[in-house]
Amino acid sequence: MRERNSDNHSSVLRLSLIPGLGHLVLGERRRGVHLLAFAMICVLILTSTWERFLEAFQGSAIDHWIASLFLVACLLSLSTFSVRDVRRLVTLGDERVQSKSPLRIALRRFQANRLAVWSLYVIGALYFIAILTPLLTPYDPSAIEDVLETRYLAPSTAHLFGTDEFGRDLFSRAMYGARVSLSIGLLAMLIAKLVGTTYGSIAAYFGGVVDNVLMRIVDVIIAFPTFFLMLMLVGVFEANLVVLVLILGLTSWPGTARFIRGEILSLKEQEFTESARAIGLPAHLIIVRHLIPSALSPVLVSAALAVAGMIGAEAGLSFLGLGIRPPTPSWGNMVSAGSDALLVAWWVAFFPGALLTITLIAFSLFADGIRDALDPKALMQRFV
Amino acid sequence: MGWYILKRLLQAIPLLLGIITVTFFIVRLAPGDPMDIYLEEDRGQIDPQAIELLRQKYGLDQPIHIQYVKWVANVARGDLGESFRYRRPVSQLLAEAIPYTLQLTILAVVLDALIGITLGIISAVKQYSVLDKIVTLGSLVIYAIPGFWLALMLVLVFSVNLGWFPTSQTRSMDYGFLSFSGKVLDRLWHLVLPVFVLGVASAASTARYMRNRLLEVLNEEYVLSARARGFRERVVILNHALRNALIPIITIYGMKLPFLLGGAAIIESIFAWPGMGRLAVEAVSGRDYPLLMATITMGAVMTVFGNLLADLTYVWVDPRVSYEGKKQR
Amino acid sequence: MLLNVQDLASYFFLDEGELKAVDGVSFHVDVKETVALVGESGCGKTIVALSLINLIPPPGRVVRGRILFDGRDLLRMESDELRQVRGGGIGMIFQEPGAALNPIYTIGDQITGVLRLHRSLGKHQAQKAAIELLGETGIPEPEKRMNAYPFELSGGMQQRVLIAIAISGRPKLLIADEPTTALDVTVQADILDLLAYLQEQYGMAILLISHDIGVVADVAERIMVMYPGKIVEIADTEDLFRDPRHPYTKALLSSVPRLGVGHNEPLKGIPGAVPDFLDLPSGCTFHPRCTIGDSSCTSEFPPLVDIGYRRKCACYKAETG
Repeated sequence: MRERNSDNHSSVLRLSLIPGLGHLVLGERRRGVHLLAFAMICVLILTSTWERFLEAFQGSAIDHWIASLFLVACLLSLSTFSVRDVRRLVTLGDERVQSKSPLRIALRRFQANRLAVWSLYVIGALYFIAILTPLLTPYDPSAIEDVLETRYLAPSTAHLFGTDEFGRDLFSRAMYGARVSLSIGLLAMLIAKLVGTTYGSIAAYFGGVVDNVLMRIVDVIIAFPTFFLMLMLVGVFEANLVVLVLILGLTSWPGTARFIRGEILSLKEQEFTESARAIGLPAHLIIVRHLIPSALSPVLVSAALAVAGMIGAEAGLSFLGLGIRPPTPSWGNMVSAGSDALLVAWWVAFFPGALLTITLIAFSLFADGIRDALDPKALMQRFV
Repeated sequence: MGWYILKRLLQAIPLLLGIITVTFFIVRLAPGDPMDIYLEEDRGQIDPQAIELLRQKYGLDQPIHIQYVKWVANVARGDLGESFRYRRPVSQLLAEAIPYTLQLTILAVVLDALIGITLGIISAVKQYSVLDKIVTLGSLVIYAIPGFWLALMLVLVFSVNLGWFPTSQTRSMDYGFLSFSGKVLDRLWHLVLPVFVLGVASAASTARYMRNRLLEVLNEEYVLSARARGFRERVVILNHALRNALIPIITIYGMKLPFLLGGAAIIESIFAWPGMGRLAVEAVSGRDYPLLMATITMGAVMTVFGNLLADLTYVWVDPRVSYEGKKQR
Repeated sequence: MLLNVQDLASYFFLDEGELKAVDGVSFHVDVKETVALVGESGCGKTIVALSLINLIPPPGRVVRGRILFDGRDLLRMESDELRQVRGGGIGMIFQEPGAALNPIYTIGDQITGVLRLHRSLGKHQAQKAAIELLGETGIPEPEKRMNAYPFELSGGMQQRVLIAIAISGRPKLLIADEPTTALDVTVQADILDLLAYLQEQYGMAILLISHDIGVVADVAERIMVMYPGKIVEIADTEDLFRDPRHPYTKALLSSVPRLGVGHNEPLKGIPGAVPDFLDLPSGCTFHPRCTIGDSSCTSEFPPLVDIGYRRKCACYKAETG
């Protein structure tokens, strides 16, 4: 029995070089279908955009390059993952016991939340498409042809989202807009979390006067309506993409700073920190070790919400004409352009805004899913 | 109570000083001085000597620390400077704009409270019902919709296509000819869409918060013991649970003001509403620094007082927080 | 018989499965009697108490059984009638006096509320009756305390207030769920004395719930011993202490320090832990911790049967007589 199995193993492993097939053979249908579908999508994109895919390696446009490489990397890593996962499955055999580590449990709870899983798919697909944009766009986003012929065309199979006042394809522009919005959201969130965490840690670590001064500064910054603060900064600095990311990130960190500081201070007072210090261990090591699990859930949730917040803020600023300036497309300035044409061409404002809305909803649902998954209510303890 | 209010007011002073300091220095972080930036587009067309005169007029020729001290002193006296663009004292412009913003924000808060708290309560009381699911999911979705897009879509449907509400402005063209009640109705009619857009997102977050709070309270032992004493379910919820759940909501409303003001900046721009938010946006796009500094400062000051108001209400409603501001329990 | 509980079962329906917090419990309480329900924390005692007034919080509910109070089945009552029983027929005292009082209402408001509900007193009468009750439960300066908020009182005082509220509907049965656990040791005896005094005064029966068999020994006439979801032994207090029959009761008693007895014997804990409700051992759930059990104990939970005069036990190995 065993020997026959090991024979089977190598063939299954070989089979799983094509992502998902190995899983299907082993009866892991869910994962198999997912892997296979993802791989097929990649291959489909690769074959249908073959010429543009090759162009990337001749031209000098860096995003084009990244897109092509990314596609290849996706396929390769799918294969690798598939093989490794199949190997894990066959070596475990029947002993595929459900692990009870907290992270595993959280993962399972997340997977049980269908809305959260779907929102994760949406977010993943958005970033996937955003990276591959140079390969995928049906039209040049800034190509202006015969304006009189092509302006304000209603959505059709040729122009999925219609065209704008210059006759540019809104679908292609929306895809480029996604790149802008999604990358700004992610980067600004990272900056905010990084600055906030560092600032809060410094305040908590030094304590005393330093802490006092630092936290009073936070009080002052929090007193400003964040959007007003952003407005003021875009008024003072010429907002290009980099500056905008900095402005968004640097106005949104005080909440994180407060949270991290509070968390560290409460850990500092815990008994295990005291006892660690008593036996000569550096207290900050202990604090870091305990900080990560205890702060993980709130930080992850607030990070997901922050990405949505940043994307929303960028869109708001761009809508007001103060963020990303045309002709660079961003969902915000596309809606803004559409608001002028609301009477003649509703689609100009509708589609980018709808994409923006879907993105923001996906991030909110995702955040909600993490919160629920990482924060299981201990029902039994409460009742019995 | 009087002493407590005084104490809290005094505590707010350093915060206010911080606010005006931050505004001043952020504007001065900009490369070049404000006048240069303001006149950037007209450069070369204006006589340099005239520029120098303007600079003197706005005090921009003095060393920066003097300018700072003057700015602080002026703000303390209520003098917020003069707008580059309107050539009028900023305080006048703000005095005209703030009532419009307050109309919007106050009505939005009322709408928020009516919808948000009610839905939150229903949703918590009927936990796991279809309605509860609709409210929890719906509030999340509505909260995520960007206000400016919602506003445009509502204008598209209700103003452009159906013609039910005006697309923008605060009043109709024939406002002057209307009777008093006609005037009131006309104003309200113009307020419907902007207030709805501003209030509905806020209501969504209130509904979620209210639901969670009430569920928490309903799990408290004092609610269980109220039931064990034979009170009707309606009495248990309305008298024993709801009041406890509503108290922390006060803090939430205190924190809402900054979001409402931020939202107002966009909503006011869309509906051509002559409030503070639009003034701020105009100041930014017109590089009108005195106006910008003043509106932003004002926004922060309003936020501080909003929070103060919330704190005082909290102390007033919750017996656990004694008047000295120290928390028991 | 004031209260007669037959085959009561309350389950919680969790994502992880069915949690049988109370699984087929039968007992009775006589008029003016004090009965204790004893067991380790987390064995379902509180759920028994809540089941008696049909107040299990979701996702739990009573799934079967009969609760005859004064001859009427509580589980089949109309809600109006049931509310009369809650607070009027059966009073309840909870474990955490601080948590059971509404933090934003004054003591006076909370007592008069119940007085007006169950005794239909007017505002003024209720006020007077409330002050009287507070005085009777040993609260100094009751007029002053009427305007106090719960957080202004000590734990002992809060518990007295709760007792005053619980008896203000003149109940025939008072359920006291761990009434002394959250309190200082010095106050514990006072509260138990107060309960005994009030029982005398008003002629109530008391169902005293505790994890500490030592605490109930002086007050209770009979003791019921509970092990996850089941009652395993019922006997008069004296009999139980003198001659425990169920191995769990024996273990429980040997873990309690007693005056006079076995000074030189070390106190024994019970080996093993209370089992997980979602993962109960088969048959008699006590068998993994039992010293006298054998393979016959692993198939079916032993029924609670008469084993002598006024005593019952649920153990295949228990001696009878």
